[in-house]
Amino acid sequence: MAKDEFEKREFKIVGTRVPRPDGLDKVTGRARYGADMSAPGMLFGYCLRSPHAHARIKSIDTSEAEAMPGVKAVVTRADFTHVPASGGTKDILDNVMAGEKALYDGHTVAAVAANSRSAAKAALKAIKVDYEVLPHVTDVDEAMKPGAPELHQGRQQESVPEGFSQNVLARSQYGHGDVDAGFAKADIIVERSFKTAATHQGYIEPHACLASMGNDNQADLFCCTQGHFMVRNTCADIMGMESGRLRVTASEIGGGFGGKTTVFLEPVALMLSKKSGKPVKMTMSRDEVMRASGPTASTSIDIKIGVKKDGTVTAATGDFRYQSGCFYSMNGALGAMCGFAPYDLENLKTVGWEVVTNRPKAAAYRAPGAPMAAFAVESVMDEIAKELGMDPIDLRLLNGAEEGTKAAYGPTYPAIGLKATLKAAKAHPHWSAPLGENQGRGVGCGFWFNFGGNTSVSLMINPDGTVNLSEGNPDIGGSRASMSMMAAEELGIPYEQIRTIVADTASLGENDVTDGSRVTFAVGLATIKAARHAIEIMKGRAAATWGIDADAVEWVDGAAQPAGPNAGKFPPLTLKDIAATMSKTGGPISGHHEANAEGAGVSFGTHICDTEVDPETGAVKILRYTVFQDAGKAVHPDYVEGQLQGGAVQGIGWALNEEYIYGEDGTLQNAGYLDYRIPVASDLPMIEPVILEIPNPGHPYGVRGVGETGIVPPLATIANAVSRAAGVRMTSLPMSPPKLLAAIKAN
Amino acid sequence: MSRIHVNTTINGDAVDYLCEAEDTLLDVLRDQLDLTGSKEGCASGDCGACTVELDGRLVCSCLVLGAEAGGRTVNTIEGMADGDVLHPLQKNFIEKAALQCGICTPGILVAAKNLLDHNPDPSEEEVRYWLAGNLCRCTGYDKIIRAVLDTAAEMRGAA
Repeated sequence: MAKDEFEKREFKIVGTRVPRPDGLDKVTGRARYGADMSAPGMLFGYCLRSPHAHARIKSIDTSEAEAMPGVKAVVTRADFTHVPASGGTKDILDNVMAGEKALYDGHTVAAVAANSRSAAKAALKAIKVDYEVLPHVTDVDEAMKPGAPELHQGRQQESVPEGFSQNVLARSQYGHGDVDAGFAKADIIVERSFKTAATHQGYIEPHACLASMGNDNQADLFCCTQGHFMVRNTCADIMGMESGRLRVTASEIGGGFGGKTTVFLEPVALMLSKKSGKPVKMTMSRDEVMRASGPTASTSIDIKIGVKKDGTVTAATGDFRYQSGCFYSMNGALGAMCGFAPYDLENLKTVGWEVVTNRPKAAAYRAPGAPMAAFAVESVMDEIAKELGMDPIDLRLLNGAEEGTKAAYGPTYPAIGLKATLKAAKAHPHWSAPLGENQGRGVGCGFWFNFGGNTSVSLMINPDGTVNLSEGNPDIGGSRASMSMMAAEELGIPYEQIRTIVADTASLGENDVTDGSRVTFAVGLATIKAARHAIEIMKGRAAATWGIDADAVEWVDGAAQPAGPNAGKFPPLTLKDIAATMSKTGGPISGHHEANAEGAGVSFGTHICDTEVDPETGAVKILRYTVFQDAGKAVHPDYVEGQLQGGAVQGIGWALNEEYIYGEDGTLQNAGYLDYRIPVASDLPMIEPVILEIPNPGHPYGVRGVGETGIVPPLATIANAVSRAAGVRMTSLPMSPPKLLAAIKAN
Repeated sequence: MSRIHVNTTINGDAVDYLCEAEDTLLDVLRDQLDLTGSKEGCASGDCGACTVELDGRLVCSCLVLGAEAGGRTVNTIEGMADGDVLHPLQKNFIEKAALQCGICTPGILVAAKNLLDHNPDPSEEEVRYWLAGNLCRCTGYDKIIRAVLDTAAEMRGAA
């Protein structure tokens, strides 16, 4: 049972703040990211993108472009003759190269490879596309109505009742108890509607790859991705090739946050390479990143919560309508599962809706679906606290989930840290610090599931006693350091004796994507087990050397020693001793572990924020911000803090500035960092992280994922702070100055 | 297409290259000179990932034409360490976990070094405004600002 993995122990290396192995390359400019690789004879590839939000592609004439100097290949959807086996991959193909219709502004309709950037860009202009422009829809509520412009036909699932357009693809429902009976017992009922704009993950590194494919149906691909095994499997399915013939190497990754858990350029680059017979490098511009890579869902949410005068919640409902761009994506369901997850509720009903619109297909963004749901639920909780005259933390403690609570999405929680984060927040000096004029303090809670998943790790003992660890998950937050730390802890050797690398797809077994905050948990678990495997072999070698039973050997502080006085008297054999003689004692020693890891512990956080609102401009300043989160066990506290700080600041951007703005014609109006403004250093105070450690029973060291939960509470926390500072409840994100000023004036 | 011959100095070395009129300095650095430490995040001067020094002033190399570098001095991240000795900022960015993915790190280091060259004792606010043109999406800036302030103090102590 995964639950029984945790064993209390004293750590020597885990919990310290060692330097990361990729640090030197990253501070000297040597680290190779997606766009930094070149190949001899390489061509440059670029995409032609639809200028229309919704249009039928009547014809594409590439003849003029093909005849231009330096142009070696032009591809359109007609070149992708293989039909992918998986429906999800078919959608991905439709997204990376439009079929019959362009479904959003920025949708790729053709691509060119040429021997210079300028030749390729000139050729794009010579491609003639005949479009029949169709009516479009970008708003979720509009898209759901009967009569709305429809993107697809026949994709609606049976779960959707009558009375909606074909854009509503799915409906899901969660909850328990009897909400009508619950509301009947309530003294106060608060019911509100909320809207949140779509935001982009905003990774600074645009998508990039280098593909090399020959007519032997064998290919190599170097790309920035959160999961090169996913890239291999998806691209092989699109190209109609066996996955073993495509080797994918992950570059250093310049940020992902969920946005690099799918493919965009990679299949196009492979097709251009196949057709031209030369390596092809493709990079997206920022404009392309914004228009055509994964933003998050925009939402429209209704929340109703009933409470007794003492603050006990008697019933709650939520309707979570999420548009996820032009193809199916599970987002509304995640909102419906996560919004009320911090609470122990007797009567609950939530409904999630998946809606398509003429926008780019949404990709995951850090706890996908959850931040918007938390914004809506936590805003209503704040309003209730205000109405009851109750401390908002006390209201949450009164109704908070704990071990044994039936979760909003079904299961019963094991040991969880929600109340610990609330208590820590209440006890923190931030919660009781005085506030000035036009200032307000907000609090909010958030939840994320976390994930385990398919993982392969290989650990090699070298003849000189150093250790190499191969893992298959791109390192986006310092995971090579964390893996080396856990391996060193288990083996009982110094951190510096281990080097961890991210292996390519031909060098290691299958690995799921770096997502779901899974890596430190699942890859860490596999690393520990791989180390234990190697220890078992080394104990066997020591036993054979001493002529005693392997059972009579124990591993202590990096060495084999006889277990107790009955085993015999032998001086310990260190890992280095055993490594030095391994060719004589049975040959090379490696440990490995492969598993579909279960037992990822769920994660909770509580945030506090102070804001100051300028009543004349509607501008909001973040004065102070404190994050409380349960990490289970912080393997490398610096990187845990970094996750909490980074998540909070992305949430600040989402709450205050960031939004996809579409024009009347359905085209994106702010496809760049100037007009899509992410937080900069001068917008922010220090972000204080407080790490709590409630061990996850599913991991030997108690580790929980920490990457995603940090973005869940900020939208609500900041909205609650702003609403209290401005004296008006803000129900629409972002709370940009014009919107906030209008709300203040209307009040 | 005729190309322009440019003589310049990069990281202390005399360098010459041929570029097209439309090539930016960033294109030249990355595509021709294999100095890929400067990154393209936006190509519009909004993210600072391509920050270099041009005659001692900070510029976004995506907003400077390759032809404009003729006869001038360019310093990139590749020239920041002295041989195998890291600049104190580089050392502290590693030790104080002031980077996660690292894509913004070269630009931020070049900008921060330029700040400390001009102002050895900046306040937190000065560091935040100086680096406001360098976007970081991973860290929330906290550990970056601390690393710059700590380095400034360390360098003042050593001076």
